[in-house]
Amino acid sequence: MTTPEPQDKGRRISEHSRLEAEACPPLSEDMESLALLESEPVAESEEERLYVAGQWQLMWWKFRKHKMALVGGVILIILYIIGAFCEFVAPYDPEAYFIRYKMAPPTPVRIFDTTGKLQAPFIYHRDRSKDPETLRDIYTENPEIKYPIHFFVKGTPYKLWGIFETDINLFGLAPDIEDQGVFLLGADRLGRDLFSRLCYGARISLSIGLVGVFLSLALGIVLGGISGYYGGHVDTIIQRTIEFIRTIPTIPLWMALSAALPADWPVLRMYFGITIILSLVGWTGMARVVRGRFLSLRQEDFVLAARLSGSGEFRIIIRHMVPSFLSHIIASLTLSIPGQILGETGLSFLGLGLRAPAISWGVLLQEAQNVRSLAQAPWLLFSPAVAVVLTVFAFNFLGDGLRDAADPYAR
Amino acid sequence: MLGYILRRIGMMIPTLIVISMLSFVIIQLPPGDYLTSYAMNLRQSGEEVDEVEIQNLRERYGLGQPVYVQYYKWMSGIILRGDWGQSMEWRKPVKDLIWERMALTVFLSLISICVSWFVAIPVGVFSATHQYSIPDYIFSALSFIGAGTPGFMIALVVMWVAMRQFGLNVGGLFSEEYILAPWSWDKFVDMLKHLWIPVIVIALDSTAGSIRTTRANVLDELNKPYVETARAKGVKEGKLVWKYPVRVAMNPFFSTVGWTLAGLISGQTLVAVVLSLQTNGPMMLRALRSQDMYLAGSFLFLLSVLTVIGTLISDVLLAWVDPRIRMEG
Repeated sequence: MTTPEPQDKGRRISEHSRLEAEACPPLSEDMESLALLESEPVAESEEERLYVAGQWQLMWWKFRKHKMALVGGVILIILYIIGAFCEFVAPYDPEAYFIRYKMAPPTPVRIFDTTGKLQAPFIYHRDRSKDPETLRDIYTENPEIKYPIHFFVKGTPYKLWGIFETDINLFGLAPDIEDQGVFLLGADRLGRDLFSRLCYGARISLSIGLVGVFLSLALGIVLGGISGYYGGHVDTIIQRTIEFIRTIPTIPLWMALSAALPADWPVLRMYFGITIILSLVGWTGMARVVRGRFLSLRQEDFVLAARLSGSGEFRIIIRHMVPSFLSHIIASLTLSIPGQILGETGLSFLGLGLRAPAISWGVLLQEAQNVRSLAQAPWLLFSPAVAVVLTVFAFNFLGDGLRDAADPYAR
Repeated sequence: MLGYILRRIGMMIPTLIVISMLSFVIIQLPPGDYLTSYAMNLRQSGEEVDEVEIQNLRERYGLGQPVYVQYYKWMSGIILRGDWGQSMEWRKPVKDLIWERMALTVFLSLISICVSWFVAIPVGVFSATHQYSIPDYIFSALSFIGAGTPGFMIALVVMWVAMRQFGLNVGGLFSEEYILAPWSWDKFVDMLKHLWIPVIVIALDSTAGSIRTTRANVLDELNKPYVETARAKGVKEGKLVWKYPVRVAMNPFFSTVGWTLAGLISGQTLVAVVLSLQTNGPMMLRALRSQDMYLAGSFLFLLSVLTVIGTLISDVLLAWVDPRIRMEG
């Protein structure tokens, strides 16, 4: 929509015809704009299609118009695939040291050689030398020697998800080249490949958002549902509890609680500990949404009808009420995932959350906290930071799109 | 009005009691009796342990006695003597450590709120009156970025830029010579010079949110018939917008002052750690790391109290601007 349109009504009409235009069978590009102009004859069948479409169908039609949400969704799918298959995507073991590449800047990957000819991706040989003044390592490329980047190459053996044993990586140099490496995002102060660490970090950071939100959802649906469905004293008590939890500043509370977790816990237990702490606050938002929905749906005719025809309370909730607000729940779930991811990142960044040897984006950020290493190796800060921000944006856009789509009858 | 305020203050009391209990639970969370570990640490580092002093502290905070006795002793200490307990790490009473930090926290948060409104309200109103114009898109995009990027990351980037471009270390609220100096006019001026970076970083988050809220609220109001009427009667556009719709659109603002303050204090904690500001953040983090629990618990308690007060203020403000609320009872 490019023209300022103060009149609400006009906008609704144009929106409506656009919806029809998009929903109509794919003719061709210019035919579609034609249909927009003369929507009268098409309108009837289109309207009908709109009426008979199911709830999820309507939502999908609405959702796919939200381009940013689609982009966000695609980005998230890619990120989660990387997280799920991090052993495969990462070219190196995240703990493998390359002593010669401490704080090495990212390896430039080239597709044009010195003559300007397009080639499959390759890197140049890199030599290390010391700057005589600052005594820092500097890396110079030697265009004489080229190493091609292979895809589906043999690397160090690993077990995918601890089950499938294999040694195939997505990409890497040929296995016999040992003193060179492809470090897409540079290396850290111990000479570990940052890209590989970022991939492994994705697994923890991204999944903590999902697990945390799932816990929040479980608590939120049960308590919010009770609160909204039964009302009365139970409602008051739960509402007071929610208000109380929201009174306490979130980050200091998270800090205090996670500091109480024993530092010598194994990674997995620490992971769940942090998740539980995050969802202790997170469920309150979810409970409010669920309660609000329950309160408004309780009055609806179809609930009354179900009750009059003898359905039990449980059946009414599960069979009739939950499906009608599920879409809203999914939308607000999506919007609350970034908070959980940022919570973990912040805590780990402070050194109160996950700690090395666990690898999460927060842990990586914590390693970049030192100002001196920041000045020397900015990629240590920017790689995890960009990953986090990208994820947060993607979730926000996706959530916005889902929220708009969740109400297909709204304009 | 007075009755309304008193009633609201009365409702605060149970909340405060529960908050104090929670803070105390957190003080108690680390395993073991911290006086013992404190004495052990001292011995390990080869320092002499004053058994009498330890015994006195044990007596004073009721260690070794049931939890409710300890809680009672802690609470009565706070209420009757202003005694928040003893910081084991600093070997000072907590009350000597927290007040300056808390004052700076409040100061910083209030300034950040003011700055963020000062920017957000005009920008939001402009975006609403110029909906779908290019500046509107730019502001919307900026506010989206601001809302999505956590403050501590922006702080890290700011530090990197300052380091890289200007060779400066922008951390801290004071120049070196003033850090330990007692408060004076010069110190205050020095602080103001350092203040702008933290304020911008902290305010960014809430500014982004406020722009979006203002824009949405003003847009809702602009379509109402009374605006049309006023316009038809020939009220000038600028006066029309600022006098009526904006005023109504501000109501949700007042009702969320409390949450905004809480969010600021919460987010500010992380930013303060990154920029090593002399506010609650770094000290609380250090206290938590070294399990200096009276200090950490007191911080949590005070920060929560601040939020409760913030909510109270926002309720009072809302009642003041919107008579329907205070009449309702």
